[in-house]
Amino acid sequence: MDTATAPTQTNYINVAHTAKSWLLTRDHKRIALLYLISVSVFFMIGGLFALLIRLELLTPAGDLFEAETYNKVFTMHGVAMVFFFLIPAIPATLGNFLVPLMIGAKDLAFPRINLLSWYVYVLGGLFTLAAVIGGGVDTGWTFYTPYSTAASNTHVILTGLGVFISGFSSILTGFNFIVTIHKMRAPGMTWFRLPLFVWASYATSLIAILGTPVVAIAIVLVALERTLHIGVFDPTLGGDPVLYQHLFWFYSHPAVYVMVLPAMGVISELIAAFTRKEIFGYKFVAFSSLAIAVIGFFVWGHHMYVSSQSAFAGLVFSFLTYLVAVPSAVKVFNWTATLYRGSISYQAPMLYAFGFLGLFLIGGLTGLFLGALGLDVHVHDTYFVVAHFHYVMVGGTIMAYLGGLHYWWPKMTGRLYNEGWAKFAALMIFVGFNLTFFPQFLLGYMGMPRRYHMYPEEWQVLNVLSTAGATILGVGYFIPTIYLLWSLKKGEVAGDNPWGATGLEWQTQSPPVTENFPVTPVVTEPAYAYAHQEKRFA
Amino acid sequence: MSDHVASRGLYVAIFLALMVLTAMTVAVTYIDMGNANLFVAMGIAVTKATLVVLFFMHVFWSDRLIKVTVVTSLVFLVILFAFTLNDYLGRGALGVAGR
Ligand SMILES: [Cu+2]
Repeated sequence: MDTATAPTQTNYINVAHTAKSWLLTRDHKRIALLYLISVSVFFMIGGLFALLIRLELLTPAGDLFEAETYNKVFTMHGVAMVFFFLIPAIPATLGNFLVPLMIGAKDLAFPRINLLSWYVYVLGGLFTLAAVIGGGVDTGWTFYTPYSTAASNTHVILTGLGVFISGFSSILTGFNFIVTIHKMRAPGMTWFRLPLFVWASYATSLIAILGTPVVAIAIVLVALERTLHIGVFDPTLGGDPVLYQHLFWFYSHPAVYVMVLPAMGVISELIAAFTRKEIFGYKFVAFSSLAIAVIGFFVWGHHMYVSSQSAFAGLVFSFLTYLVAVPSAVKVFNWTATLYRGSISYQAPMLYAFGFLGLFLIGGLTGLFLGALGLDVHVHDTYFVVAHFHYVMVGGTIMAYLGGLHYWWPKMTGRLYNEGWAKFAALMIFVGFNLTFFPQFLLGYMGMPRRYHMYPEEWQVLNVLSTAGATILGVGYFIPTIYLLWSLKKGEVAGDNPWGATGLEWQTQSPPVTENFPVTPVVTEPAYAYAHQEKRFA
Repeated sequence: MSDHVASRGLYVAIFLALMVLTAMTVAVTYIDMGNANLFVAMGIAVTKATLVVLFFMHVFWSDRLIKVTVVTSLVFLVILFAFTLNDYLGRGALGVAGR
């Protein structure tokens, strides 16, 4: 490895070194790194709680925690992972770094608001951490009423405030992305020349802006009912608990797409770069992001089939749930068609992309089981649901996040990581993930309910397998932390375009200068013009 | 936003209209119109909100992108209300016991 030639030219990292230059930065790339560090902290906190859950479930008896403690442990796992890792992970780190670079802009439209969004996120995180340290919260990440307003005596309001505050950070980011993509594209960068990651970020931003206020208000209403006993959700005060579920899932189903749409955007970039082909049916893939964003708002009642929701509403929501599967399937089919006759190279980022394809397929298809009115009654609130959404959110979002982080790491840091270790980690994560969550499909189908710390003895073998898988998965997530940090000092210098990829971000230096491009680029080609590129080099 | 000059007279007129509508909001609470109560009250409220958004928030003079943005957010609010009401008003519609 060539470690002697450290990059000497000025870039966004070495341009200033003081703490102030980082904490008051308006550079989208530096803010992306701030986000990268803070979401990683929450990933570790959430992961620690996951570890405790799997330890408790190693044996049928409740020997590690009291039932009440266990309730807090899985709640804090969910809150940390969903609101403070999965939702911001790709948009706020990769999105922040890449959206301006990909469209040939100097920065986002509102750099100060971008910095503000990070501080808002940190403030929300601190509120939630205060709740965790102060004794925790036990409502589940969904804060269902009437338990959350009338019964729970844990830190519901403090945690809710944390989630409420951090919601504004995703609204600010979303609004910044939308304005930037509308107004700051380089000359020649038409809508249909945009990389698919930018389309996905645009669709994600729409959801964040339109949905987040609703969940924020729902949480405020929970707080008002707890403190002032205003009857909104509690039946004894004249409220209706099912109304809470409507408000909560109006955002929280689309929130799944806030997590997975940017992941799909990353996968489009990876597949194009490592097959050296244009994405098959570019326009269909682009518009399917918008279709998912819109139709995703019509399906929330599939979480409520066993509540008192009317059978008629259930029917409508079930139909629409099947409908939203179509644009997701369009993407998967088009990626597969892109692989056909591509010159595929199996580098680490592409291994993550393959992992995504397999896991998202299983997660998506089992979602159809749950969308069915009849079958859902059998598996509702069982480990089948837990396995399903982990396949979508962990198997989908985190695979793509890691794939993207590896792919753009040379651009972000100027250094290459160790390819062998990266491939090994990708493999471990894939194996560990399946071993953790596949047994949970079986457990759920057999009737093991979620959120219990004890279970009958006949389910122990599958639970032990799941815990063993979680251990492998945990180690798999830890390895990249080591070699990525190692690469910062000792990694081979990457050069501007180590993958030979198309895209404006690869045409500027690594790491880029603060203004991204010395001269504003002019775009003359569609995205993924690999066919032209081969001709040029031939 | 800078390409229009709304006259002071228009702003005053809108303000007076809002005051009249507010007085009407109070007045109609003294009249029992049965099922129409809700619709009359909501009708007045929506008219007021429309005036505020169009004139005080300058949407009337804004370009198409801003108008599309405003309409889109309203459409999503309608989705929230319509599909929630589809549950409450649809209970018992299919003859399933309790649902
Ligand atoms: Cu859902």
